[in-house]
Amino acid sequence: MTIQNDTGAVQTGGKRAVPIIKPGAMQQVLAFASLVILVLVFSFSSPNFFQFTNIVGILLSTAVIGVLALGSTFVIITGGIDLSVGTVMTLSAIMTGVFITYWDLPVPLGIVGGIMTGAVCGLLSGTIISKMKIPPFIATLAMMMIAKGLALVISGAKPIYFKEETGYSKLALDSAIGKLIPGFDIPNGVLIFFGAAIIGGIILSKTIVGRYNFALGSNEEATRLSGINVNYWKIVIYTITGTFTGLAGVLMASRLNSAHPSLGSGYELEAIAAVVLGGTSLSGGKGTIVGTVIGALIMSVLTNGLRILSVPQEWQTVVVGIVIVLAVYADILRRRKK
Amino acid sequence: MSEVLIQMEGIDKQFPGVQALKDCRFELLSGEVHALMGENGAGKSTLMKVLTGVYQRDAGMMTFHGDELIVPNAKAAQDKGIAIIHQELNLAPDLTVAQNIFIGREPKSLGIFLKEKELHRKVKRLFERLHLDLDPNELVANLPVAKQQLVEIAKALSYDSEVLIMDEPTAALSDTEIDELFVIIRQLRSSGVGIVYISHRMDELKRITDRVTVMRDGCYIGTVATKDVTNDQIISMMVGREIYDTSKPARHTGAAEPVLEVSGLNRKGVLKDVSFRLHKGEILGFAGLIGAGRTEVARAIFGADMFDSGEITVKGRKLKPRQPHDAVKAGIGYLSEDRKRFGCIVDMDVKMNVAAASMGRFTNPVGWVRRKRIAEAADGIVKMLKVKTPHIDQEVKFLSGGNQQKIVIGKWLTRDCDILIFDEPTRGIDVGAKSEIYKLLNELAASGKSIIMISSELPEVLRMSHRVVVMCEGRITGELSQEEATQERIMHLATLRV
Repeated sequence: MTIQNDTGAVQTGGKRAVPIIKPGAMQQVLAFASLVILVLVFSFSSPNFFQFTNIVGILLSTAVIGVLALGSTFVIITGGIDLSVGTVMTLSAIMTGVFITYWDLPVPLGIVGGIMTGAVCGLLSGTIISKMKIPPFIATLAMMMIAKGLALVISGAKPIYFKEETGYSKLALDSAIGKLIPGFDIPNGVLIFFGAAIIGGIILSKTIVGRYNFALGSNEEATRLSGINVNYWKIVIYTITGTFTGLAGVLMASRLNSAHPSLGSGYELEAIAAVVLGGTSLSGGKGTIVGTVIGALIMSVLTNGLRILSVPQEWQTVVVGIVIVLAVYADILRRRKK
Repeated sequence: MSEVLIQMEGIDKQFPGVQALKDCRFELLSGEVHALMGENGAGKSTLMKVLTGVYQRDAGMMTFHGDELIVPNAKAAQDKGIAIIHQELNLAPDLTVAQNIFIGREPKSLGIFLKEKELHRKVKRLFERLHLDLDPNELVANLPVAKQQLVEIAKALSYDSEVLIMDEPTAALSDTEIDELFVIIRQLRSSGVGIVYISHRMDELKRITDRVTVMRDGCYIGTVATKDVTNDQIISMMVGREIYDTSKPARHTGAAEPVLEVSGLNRKGVLKDVSFRLHKGEILGFAGLIGAGRTEVARAIFGADMFDSGEITVKGRKLKPRQPHDAVKAGIGYLSEDRKRFGCIVDMDVKMNVAAASMGRFTNPVGWVRRKRIAEAADGIVKMLKVKTPHIDQEVKFLSGGNQQKIVIGKWLTRDCDILIFDEPTRGIDVGAKSEIYKLLNELAASGKSIIMISSELPEVLRMSHRVVVMCEGRITGELSQEEATQERIMHLATLRV
C-alpha cells in the first residue's frame, strides 16, 4: 500500500526544511543559551563573578537542589508531581545523622541508609498513588507532611551534628579530583551531582524505565492498554525520585556537617522550578535530564550573581520568580509559532 | 478452509444499574470480515471488551480454536493473538512510531537497557511485510490522524494476531484513506486473519464484510451473510423499526441576504485565500478530505485559531474574532466534531450544559445563579429538540451521542446563535439518531438559522446541503449547487491539488 504524502494543507511551502537542531532539543539549546548569557552578563557586571572559587561555589550550591531536581524530572515526565522531595530530603539527612552519629554505623552504611530512606518514601508515595488511586498532588502533599513530622520526631527537633572523626563532611566538600590534579579543586559534591545526572540521563534515555516514563506521561491509558503494568512502573518511577531525594539529603547533611530537621521545606518548589526551566513539561511526556541540569544551574547562577551585585535576598527571590514566568512564556510562544 | 476462531455463547455482563450484555453470542471464522452492528449503547464495544479481557464476563462461555478462552486482562488477549484497535486512538504522542508499535515488547539487554537498533530492524521488517510507508522515527504527535490509525493497525498486527477487532476504524478517515485501509483488510483476510469490524457506516458493509451480527440493547439479534440482506434490513434489525429516509431539504432560494461573508482568509501553511458566503436559512456543506482545512476555516471564524489576513463580516458588521467569546457575541456557535472534549461538559448535568454559553443571562448582577430560569430554559430545549433524558438533572455523560449532540445544539440556541457551524455533526452517532439530527438541521434552517456543515461523509453532504463548498489543501477548489453536486464532482474537486 502506498499513501501519498498527504499532510496536505500543512505543506504548502514545498518540502519541509531539515532542522539543524532536533526539534525536541530546541528547548535545551535555548536554556543553555540563556545560561551562557546570564554568566556573561554577571561576568561583565562584576569582576568577582567569574572566579574559580565563585564558580565552584555556584556548582556546590547547585548540587543539592540539582540532585533533587534530577529526581523530580522523572515524576514530572509521567505527568505527576512530587511535593514531598523537600522534606523527604530532610528526613533522609536526619536518618543519615541517626545512623552515623547515634548508632555509630560506618559512614558508607549511613550513606546507604540515608539514600534508602528516600527510596522507601518514594516507594510509599508511588504505592499510594498507583494502588489507592490518590492523585500525586495529594499523595505527595501527605508524604511531605509525614516526612516533615518524622524528621522532627526522630531528631527531637534538634540538629544532629556529625563527629569530626567520622570525616562525613568530606563526602561533599573534599576534592578527590583536586588530589589527582592539583589546583583543580572541584568538591566531590559537584562530581556526585554530575555523576547522578549521567545515571539519570542513562535511565531516562537508554532504559525501559525511561521509555515507560515517557509513555506514561504521554498517554497513560494507551500505555495500560498496551499491556504494560502501569501501576508497577509508576511505583518504580516514584522510587527512583525518592532515591535521588535520599542522595540529596545525604549531600546536604555532608555539606553542612549536620542534619537540620527544619531545613528543606520549600526545596521541592525550587526543584520543580529548575525542572520547568529546563523545558520539561508539567503535563508530562516531555523532558530531559540535560535540561534539568541547565535549569538548576540557571537558578543558582541567578541567585549567586544577584548576591554578588548586592541585590538584597528578598529581591533575588522576586527576580527568580519573574525569570520562571519569562522562561516558560518564551517556550509557549515558540511552540505556538510552530 | 475457514475454521471457527472465536465462539462466544451466553455472555452476560452487568454494570452497576445496567445489564450491559444479556445472553450474547458471537462467532468469528478465520479469513472473514465480520461486522458487528448496533446503535450506540447496543453493547458492541462491551462485548469486544469482554473478549479482549478489558472486562470480565459474569456468565457465558468463550472459546478460541475450540479451547476455552481465559483472558484475565488485556495483555493476555494480546499475547494469545487477539488484538483490538480502539475507537479512540491509543498511542503515546510523545513517542515515535517505532516506539509506539513495540511498546511493552522492547528488545532489551540485561533486562533494562533498550536495544534501539534491533527495534528499528523489527519495525522495518514489519512495515515491509505490511507494505506500509511510514517513518519509524517520526513522533506520533506530528502525524495526521489517518497515519496514526495506520500505526495502530501496524501495532495490532505486529503481535501476529489471528483476531483483529477494529472499532470504527474509518471514523476519522477520508474516502481515499478508507480505500487504502480496505486494501490492507482484504490482504489480512486472505492470509486467514479473522476481523471483527465495528462501524456505523452502512455503505462500508457491502464493500468489506462477509457476515453481519446485529446487537440491540445488549442483546444478540442475529447473524446474516452480508450479501443476502439489504442495508435497510440490517438497519431495521438494529433499530427494531423501519427507518425513515430523510428527504432533501426544500430548495433554498439563495435570494436571502448573506449573514456571513468570509473573504481572503489566509493562515500561513493552513488556509489560502478562503472566501465564501452563507445566506440566511441555508445549509452550506463543506466537503473535502481530512486535512483539507475545513475545520481550520471553522476555527478561524469562531476565533479559536488566529489567522494572518482576511475579512469576516457577520450581518454587515466586520468581525475580528480574537477568541471564541467574540464570535459567540456575534451570534456564531461552533459544534466540534469531538463532543466529549470540546462540546459538552460531560460531568455536568443537562441543564448546566444548556446554560453554559449563556450564564450572563442566568445570573443576577451579583453573580447569583438563577436556577429556576436555567431549569425553564433547559426544559424548553429538551422538549424542542426531543432530547431523550430522564430529567434535566441527568449528567450528560450518561446520554447517547445523538442526545449529547442535541444538548450542544441546545446550548447555542439558548445563546441565540443564528449561525451554527457543525463539524462532523453525526460522527459516532448511530443510524436512528442520525436521521433525527438531519431532521433537526432541516428544521433549524427552515426557521432561519444559517448552518455550515463540515462533513466527511459524502452521502450526508449531498443529502443535507443547499450548496456545497469543496476544499483541498487549504483552498476552496469549487462550489456546487444542490443540482450540480454529485459524489464524483465533489471527489474531483476534493483532490484538485495544485
